[in-house]
Amino acid sequence: MTLVAYIYLATILFTIGALVVLTRRNTIVVFMGVELMLNATNLALVTFSRMHGTLDGQVYALFVMVVAAAEVVVGLAIIMSIFRARRTASVDDSNLLKL
Amino acid sequence: MTGGEATLFWVIAPAMVLGALGLLFAHKAVHAAMSMALVMVSMGVVYIAQQAEFVGVIQIFVYSGAVMMLFLFVVMLVGVDASDSLVETLKGQRLWAYLLAAAFVVVAMAGVASVTFREPVGLAAVQEEGTVTALAREIFERQVFGFEILATLLVISVMGAMVLAHHERLRPVMNQRATSNATVRSMKWLAGKPNPGVYARHNAADTPALLPDGTPTEESVPRVLVARGQVASVTEYAAVTESTDEGNAPNTDLEADSEGEGQS
Repeated sequence: MTLVAYIYLATILFTIGALVVLTRRNTIVVFMGVELMLNATNLALVTFSRMHGTLDGQVYALFVMVVAAAEVVVGLAIIMSIFRARRTASVDDSNLLKL
Repeated sequence: MTGGEATLFWVIAPAMVLGALGLLFAHKAVHAAMSMALVMVSMGVVYIAQQAEFVGVIQIFVYSGAVMMLFLFVVMLVGVDASDSLVETLKGQRLWAYLLAAAFVVVAMAGVASVTFREPVGLAAVQEEGTVTALAREIFERQVFGFEILATLLVISVMGAMVLAHHERLRPVMNQRATSNATVRSMKWLAGKPNPGVYARHNAADTPALLPDGTPTEESVPRVLVARGQVASVTEYAAVTESTDEGNAPNTDLEADSEGEGQS
């Protein structure tokens, strides 16, 4: 039982996050799937940082968190403005650009 | 990984996977958000156990505190019951997604398993000065340019959110006077809508009143109940009311009541 267990956990969480993005139809839930994928990568980064004895991984994890926070703010604003215009939170209903 | 950390891992890792599965399978967005919050908090605990105290605390503060609450706010704004449609727009998309995810997890795990990692160094040597101090040296000395770029990114995203969420008012506000004027001009329900029906054995907001010709009128019931289809059928109550009217003469009761009131 070594630190690799954390990497396996991160892999599983990343896969579940990707599955959420691929299968769910609610925009907010899809967005949470993206967040789950980011968190899984953060876990891998922190674990690698501990394995190699440098702080780079932790710093990158912090940077990823900042980027994720910015992304959440803009993404939720987009979801809200789509909801205002179309009265829907489903990814399938925003199809104005479809041929 | 020593004994205590291994125990923590085997308790918290299944909880995290279960939370993630809850995000995948929950029908309502609120339930998904709550299981996501569970994953985030557990992730913070795992960071703290991995000698990354600062990152763990920030994870709990920023992710579970700010980001998840933002998600919950938007869930409330967009509507709690905005559940998923089960219609597949692309045929077989669900099946392919699960197949690809299974393939990915197998490939990634096999890849990780084939690597021989060297003995973990641990962070004790790097963090001699203290966890936060070491991290601050890293951020403000080596990565200071990236840090400033991130600051710019945050400012830009705040501006973007303000622009996107700003709502231009297209028509004047409907205040009380404007509403009342509009009601009078429309000449509809000037004296308000009729009250719900009052029957001998039933008196509730979901029972419509009867028109003079005996048909129930939907306007007497709150429109939310009409939309939900929760309006009660009045025929049985109306029948009971009629039979009671015939059975005992209501006039005598009224007189008795008024006499009683007069004496007291």
